[in-house]
Amino acid sequence: MQANPSLVLRGSPKVSGWRLFLKTIVARAYPRVIGMQREKSWLFFDVFLPMLAVSAYVFVYRAIGAPEEYVGFVVMGGAMTAFWMNVLWSMSSQLYWEKEQGNLALYIIAPNSMMAILLGMAVGGLFATALRATAIVIVGSLMFNVTYSVASFTQLLLVFFLAMTALYGMGMMSASLFLLLSREAWHISNLAQEPVYLFSGFYFPIKSFNFWVAAAASIIPLTLGLDAMRQLVFPSGASLGFLSVNVEIAVLIVLCVLFLIGAKFLLDYMEKLAIREGRLTESRR
Amino acid sequence: MTHFAIETKDLSRIYKIRGNKKEKQIRKELVALENVTLTVERGELFGLLGPNGAGKTTLIKILTTLLAPTSGWARVAGYDVIQHPNLVRPRINMVSGGESSGYGLLTVRENLWMFSQFYGMPSKEANQRIVELLKMVGLEDRIHTKSSDLSTGLRQKMNIVRGFLTDPEVLFLDEPTLGLDVGAARDVRKLIRSWLEADKSRTLLLTTHYMVEAEELCDRVAIINKGRVLACDTPANLKRNLQRDAIFEIETSPLNGLTPQLLQNQPEVRKAALTDIEGGARLELILQEEAALASVINILTQKNVKVRRLTKREPTLEDVFMDLVGQKMEDVEKEEAPHAG
Repeated sequence: MQANPSLVLRGSPKVSGWRLFLKTIVARAYPRVIGMQREKSWLFFDVFLPMLAVSAYVFVYRAIGAPEEYVGFVVMGGAMTAFWMNVLWSMSSQLYWEKEQGNLALYIIAPNSMMAILLGMAVGGLFATALRATAIVIVGSLMFNVTYSVASFTQLLLVFFLAMTALYGMGMMSASLFLLLSREAWHISNLAQEPVYLFSGFYFPIKSFNFWVAAAASIIPLTLGLDAMRQLVFPSGASLGFLSVNVEIAVLIVLCVLFLIGAKFLLDYMEKLAIREGRLTESRR
Repeated sequence: MTHFAIETKDLSRIYKIRGNKKEKQIRKELVALENVTLTVERGELFGLLGPNGAGKTTLIKILTTLLAPTSGWARVAGYDVIQHPNLVRPRINMVSGGESSGYGLLTVRENLWMFSQFYGMPSKEANQRIVELLKMVGLEDRIHTKSSDLSTGLRQKMNIVRGFLTDPEVLFLDEPTLGLDVGAARDVRKLIRSWLEADKSRTLLLTTHYMVEAEELCDRVAIINKGRVLACDTPANLKRNLQRDAIFEIETSPLNGLTPQLLQNQPEVRKAALTDIEGGARLELILQEEAALASVINILTQKNVKVRRLTKREPTLEDVFMDLVGQKMEDVEKEEAPHAG
């Protein structure tokens, strides 16, 4: 048989090292970014539905005559909810879904780093969710006439960046954890969803908790991230803040390091366990 | 560097299975692979033939660095799969039959491009190669179709292309034509042959439980059952061992309680297997001497079984399997062997 020329393409240079790492991040982020354009239902589920919860809190605060800043707090909390939902459902449970689809085994046997796969999921998720969060802020601010007064753009961007890094680091860490602990990832996701709404103060300042409850809740990066951002964008935010912005930035830096190292450690452990036990990469279908 | 693409020595894998709630403390063991020693030369198309649950997938998982063996060792492309998985992985790829990998929201091209990036392929070359490979499997008109809109067969073709796309030194295909219609399976087999023809240093390990596929494609075949390799040779050599035997296929009226064991008890009847067909049965017999057919016919007559058709045929790999295992492959599969796949 004559060799097919299309198949004689051997020896093309494939990249490795950090370039492969970056390529993997981009490639794994791609389905999330492109998915938003293809599946327009997010406009309803991720913008309209959260706005209902936001509206409910706004009406309650207005009915009881709470300070007008609380309305802004709620809109901002509603926007940040999108990130939490994304981390919970599209990061923490993601390796479980990947296993069920048969992708996890393919990710492991590819020469790329699994850490790059998780980072790709995080970057793609962050980008897609940022659009949703922006939409919620714009719609909420217009609907409820929220005004902002940013004390420091630099600090605001830094807090957002750190909060997202720590949050998605936590998502990367919990992705392996969910896979190791769970047969039914959605049960854990369901279990984690509402308590975080409460303890991270999505719809009220966490200063309302006693100090130790608020301190314990600070393990969730959104808690301090949201608290610091509220302090930075509302004139009376500082008086309702839990800790000073600088302290919250310092804690967020610690959380970033902690969660990213934890993610790497758990990922390595998960991969070793998967190879030893032979079960973690197996779809149950 | 070794001239073997794949080497295994005394490779075993035992799964520890937890009991149910009442027997939580009791840990059962399942032997999925037992002392498998194999070598596959570079450039070879090697087949693993065996029923579901024989251990084929377990062996592939070990060779693709997805699973650690309990004992023994394995090398792929010259590297130990446990000591140096990072050197093995850039050199291999794997496709499993019936897999649903990738993302439904992405098109065929996008899914394939994504996987190519995990191997560090330049995007331009990847896209060019995707088009060419899709043409070869007759999927070029679906390049911009979302993979969720593909039928099972077309999706499997996409998966096959994913395996070839990164141009691995060693490609593992685990039941690649599972669930494909005749035409699609033929396209896949054609691609497999062309890929190997194009570069003689490429190696392909294929698992299948389709005898015809193994016979048609493979340079050598290992017959595997219950985790053990029972025979390993070229299809022709495997069949040659049976050529001194006489192989008959007899279609009869209902057997009236006649069992294959009863026939096998006859001298010079080496193996007998029975398949129910519409309105009767089909007996497959491996006889040491043609003369033994007379005693079989006698027994059938005594049991009031009518012979409707009698054919003598050349041995196939199915006969080889039956000779080695004592049962037809489909009968082994029906028995729900407690071995992991």
